[in-house]
Amino acid sequence: MGRQRHTAALDTVESSADRTRDLQGRNTVELLSGADMIARFLQDEGVEYIYGYPGGAALHIYDALFRQDKVKHILVRHEQAATHAADGYARASGKPGCVLVTSGPGATNAVTGIATAYMDSIPMVVLCGQVASHLIGEDAFQETDIVGVTRPIVKHSFAIRHPAEIPEVLKKAFYLAATGRPGPVVVDIPKDMTAPTERYEYVYPKKVKMRSYNPVTRGHTGQIKKAVEMMLKAKRPVFYTGGGVVTGKASEGLTDLVKQLGYPITTTLMGIGSYPQSDRQCLGWLGMHGSYESNMAMHHADLIIAIGARFDDRVTNSTSKFCPTAKIIHVDVDPSSISKTVRADVPIVGPASSVINEMISLVQGQSIGHPEELTDWWQKIDGWRADREGKLYEPSKPGEVLKPQEVVEALCRVTRGEAYVTTDVGQHQMFAAQYYKFDKPNRLITSGGLGTMGFGFPAAMGIKQNFPDDDVVCVTGEGSFQMMMQELSTCKQYGVGVKIVNLNNASLGMVRQWQDLNYKSRHAHSYMESLPDFHMLIEAYGFTAITVTTLDELEPALERAFADKHELVFLDVKVDPFEHVYPMQVPLGAMRDMLLSKTERT
Amino acid sequence: MRHIISILMENEPGALSRVVGLFSQRNFNIETLNVAPTEDPSLSRLTVTTVGDDRVIEQITKHLNKLIDVVKLVDLTEGNHIERELMLVKVKALGAARDEVKRTVDIFRAQIVDVTPSLYTVQITGDAGKLDAFLQAMAPVGILEVARTGVSGIARGDKVLSL
Repeated sequence: MGRQRHTAALDTVESSADRTRDLQGRNTVELLSGADMIARFLQDEGVEYIYGYPGGAALHIYDALFRQDKVKHILVRHEQAATHAADGYARASGKPGCVLVTSGPGATNAVTGIATAYMDSIPMVVLCGQVASHLIGEDAFQETDIVGVTRPIVKHSFAIRHPAEIPEVLKKAFYLAATGRPGPVVVDIPKDMTAPTERYEYVYPKKVKMRSYNPVTRGHTGQIKKAVEMMLKAKRPVFYTGGGVVTGKASEGLTDLVKQLGYPITTTLMGIGSYPQSDRQCLGWLGMHGSYESNMAMHHADLIIAIGARFDDRVTNSTSKFCPTAKIIHVDVDPSSISKTVRADVPIVGPASSVINEMISLVQGQSIGHPEELTDWWQKIDGWRADREGKLYEPSKPGEVLKPQEVVEALCRVTRGEAYVTTDVGQHQMFAAQYYKFDKPNRLITSGGLGTMGFGFPAAMGIKQNFPDDDVVCVTGEGSFQMMMQELSTCKQYGVGVKIVNLNNASLGMVRQWQDLNYKSRHAHSYMESLPDFHMLIEAYGFTAITVTTLDELEPALERAFADKHELVFLDVKVDPFEHVYPMQVPLGAMRDMLLSKTERT
Repeated sequence: MRHIISILMENEPGALSRVVGLFSQRNFNIETLNVAPTEDPSLSRLTVTTVGDDRVIEQITKHLNKLIDVVKLVDLTEGNHIERELMLVKVKALGAARDEVKRTVDIFRAQIVDVTPSLYTVQITGDAGKLDAFLQAMAPVGILEVARTGVSGIARGDKVLSL
């Protein structure tokens, strides 16, 4: 193996020497240093914002960024925030986010953000400085093998071996990040690759071709036909769609298809908004804390049409008891997602948008095979819906402490359901997803796969800078917020007017809920006795903080917070620490096995 | 079931670690691993033997295909194939055993490639079963050292794994 690595390294040197000769033959004269190539490439690629933090190994690149003004660099206060901000931007805009960090601790600080993007298939390019080539492997100052560290959490990674290959490698990085199943790509850049004294010809590569990477552009027509036949014949169908529809920009097509068929649809947490939640056909989202009617409909269905979803364990509950009577159609751009945890009867490998469009053209003019059964099916579903209506939680009575659910409902009213809502992780995340009604995709920005506390605030920051005229609100808890609250300083520097709604229950709510349920309420290291005075903390940064303790203070405070789009306002809302998130699937059960409140169970 | 998967991948630094890392990351199992550049120096051929049920093998091939450095792969055990492994063994060869070792080497169609007054170095090729049998036969004499390459393989007939 050692010899193998050695040979490979020799080959690379030869091929980059070849490339230099190629470049000399071309009709261009622009000579740029590696660092300037990076700055120029980012301009040519259309990158508007890059989030980062400087350090020794990245200083040539920082100098190059300083000498131009097209790409705006946002200085965060911790590299994890840079990745979350770029991630938030990518989720809201559909374009790859871009991050620049230095070697060693700069790069390792970015790891959580890279893993977050990886788990949710978010396009992102992370440029990491590295110690100079001749020092690599010598445990040099601030040296980390970041390609090695991030290997299991990236779609791909590159290490620059020669400055001349920078444009091509960066083009490949952006191409890989954004196509197929998107994901983060890391580019490791040794300091000598960006040396200002060494200059090479720069040409922006318009196209990129890789013999080993050819993402599918459409699904198998025969399989799609077969799927549509099953869809038309189904008696109790349910659409189950995920983040793939959002990242695949297929929401409009999906809405068309579902409306044409008149079938019920449930989405995953990541798929929220890909079909308007206010529409009658939408049952909400499914899984661990999903809606009662979604989970019941899934369990009793005879056909599941899964698009861009991956049968995550937070959705399926026990896979052996998952949807016992259903056939499964599974559309996904990534073949390894299909039949990974639940076997698909009709697998279709292809991007959501093109497969959905083909389905629409096949469905058009066709009538569904069992209209009476479908009516019965809807009656059943409406029955489940009615069962839980008005019983989701008990609103607070006058003089009582606020319920977190009613805070989110008020937030939804005040922002007319149109804000970009980012969340951190825990009870508040579930409440935000349950009680804010999303009619558009890319609006709920949440760390679904990795469940990263600290994600919400920097993500909101990244979104707000790119959508300055929209309302961007981070629904958080006092536990999560404290993981990234240093970014208040970044918001101050760039005047980022995000709103923060802190559902303050003075405890790690979800941890506490599990301890109530599984550990006889032994709240091991969940209660926080040492919370800061958030009011003073926020004011120390020069921002407005409002503390809310009663229901009649709530809406005026929210109205005040959203009055000025460019002002950061922090609402510290004291909420009931004893509240639990329901429904909650019973571990090892089927999808229909749920706790519905502290005293009820299906 | 045991499967032999042959992979053509970019001969790039770090490509091998992606393959090996994938197996440990996803809790797949590597029995043997064999890798070297091909006649096209930009490509390496990697052969891995692994054990798993159909679902696991399907996941292994899908995830391997997903690696950006992997160009093509084939599960050789899906069809007729030739499987070979090379082994070098140092065995004690003293007194009466010296002749006995030579006879066993001939029976297995192996070769003695180096000698000292007290030992033979034997080279043997074959499938894993044959190599195991040889080691068993040599055990009473005294095995001093074993170096196995891991399985390499190729499909029988017209099927070709190339670009």
